[in-house]
Amino acid sequence: MSEQEYVPKSKAGKWFNDRLPLLSLASHLTDYPTPKNLNYWWTFGGILTFCLLTQIITGIVLAMHYVAHADLAFASVEHIMRDVNYGWLIRYIHSNGASMFFLAVYIHIFRSLFYGSYKSPREIIWIIGLMIYLLMMAAAFMGYVLPWGQMSFWGATVITNLFSAIPLVGDSITTWLWGAYSVDNPTLTRFFSLHYLIPFLILGLVVLHIWALHVPGNNNPVGIDIKKPSKDTVPFHPYITIKDAFALLLFMIIFAGFVFFAPNVLGHSDNYIQANPMVTPAHIVPEWYLLPFYAILRSVPDKLGGVILMFGAIFILFVLPWLDTSKVRSAVFRPIYRQFFWILIVDVLVLGYVGAMPAEGIYLVLARVGTVYYFLHFLVILPVVGYLEKTEPVPLSISEPVLSGSADYSMAKKDNEKI
Amino acid sequence: MKKFKLFFCIFLSLTIFNTLKSAEQVDPIKVDWSFKGLLGKFDRASLQRGYQVYNEVCASCHSMQYLSYRNLGEPGGPEFSEEEVKAIAAGFEVTDGPDAQGEMFTRPGRPSDKFVSPYPNVNAAAAANGGAYPPDMSVLVKARKGGANYIYSVLVGYEDPPPGVTLDEGVYYNKYMIGNKIKMPNNLSDGLVEYADGTVSTVDQMAKDVTTFLSWAAEPELETRHKTGVKVILYLVLLSILVFLSMKRIWSRVNSEE
Repeated sequence: MSEQEYVPKSKAGKWFNDRLPLLSLASHLTDYPTPKNLNYWWTFGGILTFCLLTQIITGIVLAMHYVAHADLAFASVEHIMRDVNYGWLIRYIHSNGASMFFLAVYIHIFRSLFYGSYKSPREIIWIIGLMIYLLMMAAAFMGYVLPWGQMSFWGATVITNLFSAIPLVGDSITTWLWGAYSVDNPTLTRFFSLHYLIPFLILGLVVLHIWALHVPGNNNPVGIDIKKPSKDTVPFHPYITIKDAFALLLFMIIFAGFVFFAPNVLGHSDNYIQANPMVTPAHIVPEWYLLPFYAILRSVPDKLGGVILMFGAIFILFVLPWLDTSKVRSAVFRPIYRQFFWILIVDVLVLGYVGAMPAEGIYLVLARVGTVYYFLHFLVILPVVGYLEKTEPVPLSISEPVLSGSADYSMAKKDNEKI
Repeated sequence: MKKFKLFFCIFLSLTIFNTLKSAEQVDPIKVDWSFKGLLGKFDRASLQRGYQVYNEVCASCHSMQYLSYRNLGEPGGPEFSEEEVKAIAAGFEVTDGPDAQGEMFTRPGRPSDKFVSPYPNVNAAAAANGGAYPPDMSVLVKARKGGANYIYSVLVGYEDPPPGVTLDEGVYYNKYMIGNKIKMPNNLSDGLVEYADGTVSTVDQMAKDVTTFLSWAAEPELETRHKTGVKVILYLVLLSILVFLSMKRIWSRVNSEE
């Protein structure tokens, strides 16, 4: 926030701005120089903000009608679905919103992986982003427990039991987490409390995420440093806001498709059966967005080993900026890394798929191969490729590739010719 | 990119391989329900007949505790008239109280009452049914993989057990039930209920009607949801076209400067 030149026109504005520079902040946000070659993969930051706010707003309304009690939770959800005005809409937006949130965050993360957005000088943005992602998983997991269906209960049982793998103190920790000797009413009430808290922590981290972003500015598809402001940049408003708005609308169409026409397709039918500690479902599976990690967890025959690998799979991402040795950011100019990037995507998809299947036979083999490859990618392939790869020539400025025939530019040119 | 496509093909073929493998379980019969699809609606007459089947056959064991009698008259449901709903509700004895003397008492049901359950609690229901709790039917269709198709299939899926399969007392063989063993006897037989609208009550007809009714019970908002959904998506599509055109216009300023 170095642009100090902003001076409010009115006297009152100046008086206020000298005491609290909110107007300077607003001016910084609208004028923020943004690379003009950002493609649609860059619109997911805005989409994710929308997702977070949607979850918070619908969640606040749901909490007005929901009852966090083991005997009443399931019935209170049905009360929301049947008796609360548009309760079904609010709940379906919230439950599908979680899935859409994760869909968007995965695209956002893989965008960063492809274009090297995590590299210097953006390591802190990346790390804050991962902290947001971790909190998202915690919030989603606890939220899934709240309806107190069969999958809620047994999912909570499986996940909290992971902590019992910790040597010596594991059992005590698990009991402490439960607030009882099994998943029970105290577990439900504390999960509800935390589920309400976490989104606001995420909101705080989002502010830091954006703040950290505004120091070096956006990365871009070419991955080069650019001068700001310059011919290579456009002010955030209206150029990026209108593009984000368009992408958000497309995203909302897909979102609405799920909410109105397939609201339960991403959930598990067992969660419409009230939790019963005496009956274990045939297959306990988490929501789709946690499946790759579930596959990693189950690929190890030892419980503690599985837990370590599962958490390791996430924590390894924290040191990613230092594992990637390549000086070139964007995979556009990294022919070898580009291939491994797509293989990693397939690997994660395969892990997600086998995570939904019983841990036996071919699925177990696939899960193990997938797990080994996942770690191989980050620990071996990434550092080695960075050294050996012969990267393609990187342009000196954005205007260069843009001038030589970007789709947007030639289209705009054609439009101009028509006029 | 080529490699990616190759892997993607392997991934897809694995997925397909899996669906073939799990075909040991008989897939539910696919019924062309009127309430499927983007503009799907319930068949009103079928819902009313389905309620009759539920009330006369299922309700002696299965509760439906999240529904109220008033729901039967609400738009998008069976849409019984106000008088009919009152009459249906009044046909049930509801325990209310305590009164001024602290006594519980019974009174005829009102539309605002929840459906009266056949048993006082889950244990009583299980005890009366050979240890198997007849599940509450309020959200049953959403609580089973395969949904309405599965419920319908189980209702018409009773068969003599294949040779080699022995069944315990009070256990029946059903082609579509998970594990093929079910503790609910085949309660439907041709002509079991006498439909008020004169429809012939074959087993197939009753199974379809009651499944339609259960689908509505699980998703009473379905018709509103579909109608609202079409409007919302149309609105979003129109708005995104407008925003797209504005975007093109705004960005043309940047590109023509050069």
